[in-house]
Amino acid sequence: MNLIRDLVNGIWKENPIFRIVLGMCSTLAITTQAQNAIGMGAAVTFVLICSNVLISSTRKLIPKKVRLAAFIVIIATFVTIVDLVMAAFFFKLHRALGIFIPLIVVNCIILGRAEAFASKNPVLNSLMDGIGMGVGYTLAILIVGGIRELLGSGSLFGLSVFGPGYIPFLVAILPPGAFIALGLLLGLMNKINQRLAL
Amino acid sequence: MTKILLILVSTILVNNFVLAKFLGICPFLGVSRKTETAVGMGLAVTFVVTLSTALTWLMQMLILKPFHIEYMQTIVFILVIAGLVQFVEMVLQKTSPALYQALGIYLPLITTNCMVLGVAVLAVQLEYSFIESLIYSFGASVGFALALVLFAGIRERLSLADVPEALQGTAIGLVTTGLLALAFMGFNGLVK
Repeated sequence: MNLIRDLVNGIWKENPIFRIVLGMCSTLAITTQAQNAIGMGAAVTFVLICSNVLISSTRKLIPKKVRLAAFIVIIATFVTIVDLVMAAFFFKLHRALGIFIPLIVVNCIILGRAEAFASKNPVLNSLMDGIGMGVGYTLAILIVGGIRELLGSGSLFGLSVFGPGYIPFLVAILPPGAFIALGLLLGLMNKINQRLAL
Repeated sequence: MTKILLILVSTILVNNFVLAKFLGICPFLGVSRKTETAVGMGLAVTFVVTLSTALTWLMQMLILKPFHIEYMQTIVFILVIAGLVQFVEMVLQKTSPALYQALGIYLPLITTNCMVLGVAVLAVQLEYSFIESLIYSFGASVGFALALVLFAGIRERLSLADVPEALQGTAIGLVTTGLLALAFMGFNGLVK
């Protein structure tokens, strides 16, 4: 029962982007297209799951004082794996995400979950937490990416939606559009939460 | 000389790291409630980013490249940065209590600033020389400080404004940043 709670937690109640507002940099930067969002989501989910499991299973071995350094090395290792695998098999995606792949290391979501959850809970719970948080993150950036691509290019996953007559709302895929879109979405999520709480 | 000037203008205004490259958003939203703290954070970041980029550039050229272990870049860089931040904190504490008082509380926050690692990786990727990397990292962090201080000023005013309840806090902060980014896009075309 607890396992399911840990899994669902990250998807809505503690959604890393809409609720805890962590890991903003990559969210803003790579959401120009829904496709990039899925790639980034998969990369982050993989690192989250692996680091959560490894940190949770070694939580009794790592001394308290050096735990942050140890966490960072563990995370950096998995990020390097993702980086190399992506460069080998998904070169175009690797190009599009660019600097933000190595920057997964400093994505606060991953270190945050390692410190707040994996270092205190059993392996299975941490696995579930990793999956839930990863899915929550992916869904959130997919929403942002989908909206920006739809408005900015009139397409979704590269397929035209509004037809050739659509005049793209260019700002949406430029940097300012990222900030404004995410800001308004956060506001919308707050509104929905207020309604649910009543 | 022209190249150095171009790098400076480009990193501070045209390709501002916060507003156009989305690096360092967390501290940008976190420590921008007061202009004073924004200035402190800006100074601390400038100091650490310039120093760490110099160090990681040397690491890349003297260790990673000769031994062909460039794939270790992410791990090595993040360790260097984390170590450097701790070291700077200790040195400041021992040698300059006044400066430590002013910057001390911002230093631990900097390790998680993705800008530090971002600038270090980008400087290597762009194949800049040592001096160019220094200028690049300095410009990047000055750009960060500029955006942070400007935003803090706006935010002080914003706290007096009547914002709809659902948009309060980070949400309106992001929308404001978007408008600021829109203004900075006016610098486009300044550098080809």
